[in-house]
Amino acid sequence: MKLKSTLLATSAALLVVTGGMAYADAHATHPVTGEALASDQTFTYQDIDESPSIDPGMVEDVSGSAVARNLFEGLMNQDADGNLIPGVATDFEVSEDKLTYTFHLRDNAKWSNGEPVTAGDFVYAWRRVTDPVTASPYAWFMEITGISGVGPIMAGEAAPDTLGVEAPDDLTLVVHLDQPLPYFAQTVTHATMFPVPQAAIEAHGAEWTRPENIIGNGAYVLTEHVPQERMVMVRSETYWNNAATIIDTVERLIINDETQAFTRWQAGELDLVGVPTGQYLSLKEQYPDEIYSNPRLCTYYYAFNMREDAPEWLQDVRVRQALSLGFDRNVITEGILQAGQIPAYTFTPPTTAGFTVPEVEAAAMTQEERVAKAQALLAEAGYGADNPLTVDILYNTSEGHKSIAIAISQMWKENLGVEATIENMEWGTFLETRGSGQFEIARAGWCGDYNEASTFLDLYSSGSGYNDSGYVNAEVDALLAEAKTSPEAQALYTQVETIAAADAPIMPIYFYTSVGARTAALKGWPDNNVENNWYARDLYLVAE
Amino acid sequence: MFSYIVRRLTVAVPTILILIAISFVLMWSAPGNPFMGEKAPPPEVLANLEAKYGLDQPYWKQMLDYMTNVVFHFDFGPSFKYKDRTVNDIIAQGFPVTLTYGFWSFVVAVVFGIGLGIIAAIRHNTWLDYLAVGFAIGSQSIPNYVMAPILVLIFTLWLGWLPGGGWEGGTWDHLIMPVIALSTSYFASIARITRSSMLEVLNSGFIRTARAKGLPSGRVIFGHALKPALLPVLSYLGPAFVGMITGSVIIDQYFSTGGIGQFFVNSAFNRDYSVMMGITILVGSLTIIFNLLVDILYAWIDPKIRY
Repeated sequence: MKLKSTLLATSAALLVVTGGMAYADAHATHPVTGEALASDQTFTYQDIDESPSIDPGMVEDVSGSAVARNLFEGLMNQDADGNLIPGVATDFEVSEDKLTYTFHLRDNAKWSNGEPVTAGDFVYAWRRVTDPVTASPYAWFMEITGISGVGPIMAGEAAPDTLGVEAPDDLTLVVHLDQPLPYFAQTVTHATMFPVPQAAIEAHGAEWTRPENIIGNGAYVLTEHVPQERMVMVRSETYWNNAATIIDTVERLIINDETQAFTRWQAGELDLVGVPTGQYLSLKEQYPDEIYSNPRLCTYYYAFNMREDAPEWLQDVRVRQALSLGFDRNVITEGILQAGQIPAYTFTPPTTAGFTVPEVEAAAMTQEERVAKAQALLAEAGYGADNPLTVDILYNTSEGHKSIAIAISQMWKENLGVEATIENMEWGTFLETRGSGQFEIARAGWCGDYNEASTFLDLYSSGSGYNDSGYVNAEVDALLAEAKTSPEAQALYTQVETIAAADAPIMPIYFYTSVGARTAALKGWPDNNVENNWYARDLYLVAE
Repeated sequence: MFSYIVRRLTVAVPTILILIAISFVLMWSAPGNPFMGEKAPPPEVLANLEAKYGLDQPYWKQMLDYMTNVVFHFDFGPSFKYKDRTVNDIIAQGFPVTLTYGFWSFVVAVVFGIGLGIIAAIRHNTWLDYLAVGFAIGSQSIPNYVMAPILVLIFTLWLGWLPGGGWEGGTWDHLIMPVIALSTSYFASIARITRSSMLEVLNSGFIRTARAKGLPSGRVIFGHALKPALLPVLSYLGPAFVGMITGSVIIDQYFSTGGIGQFFVNSAFNRDYSVMMGITILVGSLTIIFNLLVDILYAWIDPKIRY
């Protein structure tokens, strides 16, 4: 026992020494680009709100996932362009029938307490998320990974150890899928699929994520967390690739007010903040090199309620088409949002990997043509000056959503003579109202959970829990089912999008951008990663 | 006096219980659910969550269990939203923050408010009076959500003297702007109340008598006029103190202090029932306690009042 602890102490000391050397070197110049590095490598960024959890198995918000990506590491990571690169696994093989994935883990991956990261840690983590007893808000993510056995476990009908994942030895993880899924390897970069430390969770319960208890396997360790104020992470000496890490400390500040956050960025207190709504253009002029706008894998849209008990006009495809054509999306993107958003005529963002946007008629028309067609469709459906259509738009309370709803209703009135009332509800009430189908037209937004079209198109399937429109089309359901196993999935996705554009269960409005301001010294930000998955260990601050 | 305090405390207990009951009913009647997000959890997960937090129990049982835990174990339960925190943790972390900047705001508001009010009253209808009144009205008409960004603009962005937010354990440089922003409107009210009540007292018979006896002006004001003049101020100070130490969501939001006001407001949006209840009870109890303290102080200052 004595010997072991001496050994541990010696190796820890060695680690510190070697780590320290890499650190000193790293501070001179960047090993690849040769840029001179700043002496203080503290990266400070803003988040708008505290995350409910940073436990990879429980995390449910985008900003909490970003924290989890710094404190933990999954089998694979993403590079600056969103491509898969090795993480805890060095590589993986896919069986002939595409039903079995075998991941080979590196032997030098370590937890922050020095213990090795094993395949068993992944087995534990994935069973834990799937187990309904854990009650993870992201348990549904396990369903879309297609790992065999997820359904019955989540329904409480099978034990968690029936999950199709096994660890024949410490460095091999074998995953069995129910059906071949073209995007499976993508899903292991998601925080929900990260390993978690069984011993710490069993010892501390829900409190295992506090700084005094937490054990991670990522490039950083959590040293301080004051909810609603700040979180501090410092580089992990046990991380297998620590020598390549340049940022020493990551500080995450919670600043609810975006204007206030921006002022503090101007004062030099932060390296990265969001840009206050509606100020992108004017600030971009003032800070051309610092303000950025990157495409995001998210779509803003209005859902038409097509359920049987909804008003009759909503069942008429001509009316839905007319409403979708009857307003100018450029007014929304260029007049209101002004941050590089792209007008949307179909649901899946064009930046989605491998996806070809179908050539839909609406996208090719001029706005005059769209309005003319909308007027014709509406007249055909029996609505006009003597019988005006009245509609109700429901959105969750926010100045931004309100401006868009007002603009659309105004354009509908001018172009089509449609009388729209707009109604807002506070978030919790809104979710319940929309979820139970008590609306005519409701605002919605959707962000991809992985970079493949099915993360969007699955919402068109009649069985999807997020199909707010209540849209049912047997052909769409069949195509989506076929796409799960087809080698020609992308063509089928394009076909689904074409059908949906004709049926108009939703009215796509724009594709989101991610807008922010960063100090000129901050380099390495993954601008081309449409999922916005950033890793602090890829960033660095250059000397100014 | 003693029996009065006992009587007031006896009334306080049912008051808090009624407060809990009303808050519970309001909470239930608000649509929504703490576990609902853009992506709703699967039904089995939802069922487990509801069982874990006792939401599958009938309402009366939930309320009874809750009250038992609060009264006998002083346990406000786990937060529904923040998975690794209990309500006790959140209050233990956020309340000292709020208490610190609230206390200093109170001190600043009282010292400057009363001081300015007295000066304005003594120098009634002089330039000093007009200046003081103008200053008080000016600061009262700038709400703290306007004041806070202005302060940050001046002291952080232009002068670079103070950090624009954060708490970092409550160092003095993190304290200055929250204290100024929070105390301003209270200070202005205190100054106005002090001034008018002082003016009234200075015009009363016993002050005229004191002056007629040839007492020096300082003794007339501080020895005779101040005590009765402060009575109306005192009744304002009780609720004001509670208001300040239980936090302001504006201050928490602008200065990212991690104080309790932010948690309070967010808990309502998140349907974080236990946090909402915990902070409601905290604020309610403090209000009752400080109102009682004010009443006791009243009796001590004003010989006309006997309970």
